[in-house]
Amino acid sequence: MRITLGLDSTSLTRRYPRLAILATLAMAFALPAALYLGALAIFPVNTPERIDALAKAWFGYDLATSPYRDVVYVLFLLLVAFIAVNYAAVFGGVSTWVERRVAGRMQSRIGPNRPGAAGFFAWVADAVKMILKEDIIPASADNLLFRSAPYFSMVGLLLPFVVLPFGESTVVTDLNVGVFYVAATSAFVVVGILVSGWASNSKWALFGGIRGAAQVLSYEIPGGIAMMVPVLMAGTLSMQGIVRAQGGWPWEWFVCRNPAAFVAFFIVVTSSLAEGNRTPFDLPEAESELVAGYHAEYSGFRLAIFLMVEWANMWIMAGLAVTLFLGGWQVPGVTHAMYKSALGTALLPSPLWFVWQLLSMLVFIVKTWALVFVFIWLRWTLPRVRVDQLMTLCWKYLVPGAFLCFVVTLLWQILVPPLGMKITGVAFSLFALFLLVKFLLDTRRNIDKVKGHRVDLGNW
Amino acid sequence: MAQAIREYFGHVTDAVKTFWEGLSVTLSYMIRRPITTQYPDRTPMRVADMLPSRYRGLLEVDMAVCTGCMACERACPIEVIKIQTDKEPQNPKQRVITQFDIDMSKCMFCGLCVEQCPTGSIQHTREFEATRKSIDALVFRWVPDPEKPVPFYRPVKGQEAPRAPVGEILKKHLAEASWIARPNIFEGAKKD
Repeated sequence: MRITLGLDSTSLTRRYPRLAILATLAMAFALPAALYLGALAIFPVNTPERIDALAKAWFGYDLATSPYRDVVYVLFLLLVAFIAVNYAAVFGGVSTWVERRVAGRMQSRIGPNRPGAAGFFAWVADAVKMILKEDIIPASADNLLFRSAPYFSMVGLLLPFVVLPFGESTVVTDLNVGVFYVAATSAFVVVGILVSGWASNSKWALFGGIRGAAQVLSYEIPGGIAMMVPVLMAGTLSMQGIVRAQGGWPWEWFVCRNPAAFVAFFIVVTSSLAEGNRTPFDLPEAESELVAGYHAEYSGFRLAIFLMVEWANMWIMAGLAVTLFLGGWQVPGVTHAMYKSALGTALLPSPLWFVWQLLSMLVFIVKTWALVFVFIWLRWTLPRVRVDQLMTLCWKYLVPGAFLCFVVTLLWQILVPPLGMKITGVAFSLFALFLLVKFLLDTRRNIDKVKGHRVDLGNW
Repeated sequence: MAQAIREYFGHVTDAVKTFWEGLSVTLSYMIRRPITTQYPDRTPMRVADMLPSRYRGLLEVDMAVCTGCMACERACPIEVIKIQTDKEPQNPKQRVITQFDIDMSKCMFCGLCVEQCPTGSIQHTREFEATRKSIDALVFRWVPDPEKPVPFYRPVKGQEAPRAPVGEILKKHLAEASWIARPNIFEGAKKD
């Protein structure tokens, strides 16, 4: 006996399986592609001189002396913000789906696979559900603070997008204090956590908020000092400058050029995991002790914002690590001069320039997604640490380690000649390759250990 | 001092080793086949048919081989089964069963009734999907109409009772939703 309701998406997709696949593909490719292409079209133009030049060439309008000049500039800025905010939201959504699918397989389950092909629309369904829920504000909560807390978190998520380079020219603006700016603004998330914990007037939420604050304050120190390693190696704080000081090939990445940077990379990743409240450092929202921690009292759209921030923060964390240590958007074999010559002096650059821009964006996206996958993988491997373990790890291991990396990098930059750096780069790349192969062989061995188990990617 | 230093670096190497091992285990599970069975609609066959043959599912009675001995009613520890018999008006020597109700919502699937049955008329099947809108509809009435009673089966010596294949009758009833059409309030077995 089957009771069918009017809206039965499973029967719809069963009746038209191709429709589901087409809709999923359209959503999964067109949405990010539109955002990336929009970013590529808008971000490089976003300076007053270029906007003026475009207005003059295309519309014959002298914007520089026009009274509406500022309005046009603000419109451009709003367009840029629109793309960045939507990118964060879409990434946050899609990464929840990826996380659930990966988590499922790692636990011998399947994960959400009903809405759309491979369950891709699960994140859309989640978002719609959450937006439709009632927005409850507890009677004893501090109304104003409770309402405003999610926006603090969201600001902390969105501000780093200003300097995060997606590609050679695809960056909103290249601040000369870029790394400093990211470290400062991304800590804004914790203001939201602390405020929400306080304003909820609930002991679970307060504990979560206090833990979040303690965690971020502690981990800013090793994270900040380890971030200085690539800054010292590049000689600049600008994100684009750091990427340009690296190269496309793995032996030109900072992570391989210096043994201290190799360690610093892991310190930065660990401390950004802790700052982003990802497992194994998700103490502010430890379900088993604190219900849901700082967002225990939240519901509806405000909860959706908190969750979006939590997941979209992975992009900032991974993007920062990729930019600082893994060569950012650098395409192997494409030099700075080649971008410059392809750009030319004409108003519109040549098609070749666009190809290389897209290629550089693709390199950055692939690297960042790979790191995001590692974060997800870590989450489903490690149990949550205790508070004392968290503090021990930070103060006894990461802080001395970060200082050591800092000093070793200083000496390295002074004492080691360029040839020595090249040799180290190649040696460390080979070492990393060796580790990767050994790791895959170990994984293979783990499967072969169980009788009858084999590599099988089926059962979606 | 040396001990403390050894411990300190021992923790670091332990961390690296255990991370290595743990990550390789989870990755190895990611590229294995998930064991989930996608009940109810993406299985190679009906899940009821995939269960072991001795599964204790919903009870089924083959009225054609029921002797009306009421052994199952007496065996039931929680009075799930209710049987009433009568004499056939035209032929008083022939006894008939006018009511044979099993309240599946109360049944605890202990199997005592099945053990008592002399002809194997009452049996557990592998069916388990019997969700109903009303709990009353879970009373399975094996004599659907008291006006049309079922005569007792007389066992023949040295011959096994011709029991229908287990599950077939119940499946037919479930498919036709026979018990939903006319819901019946189970009166409960007599207390005395």
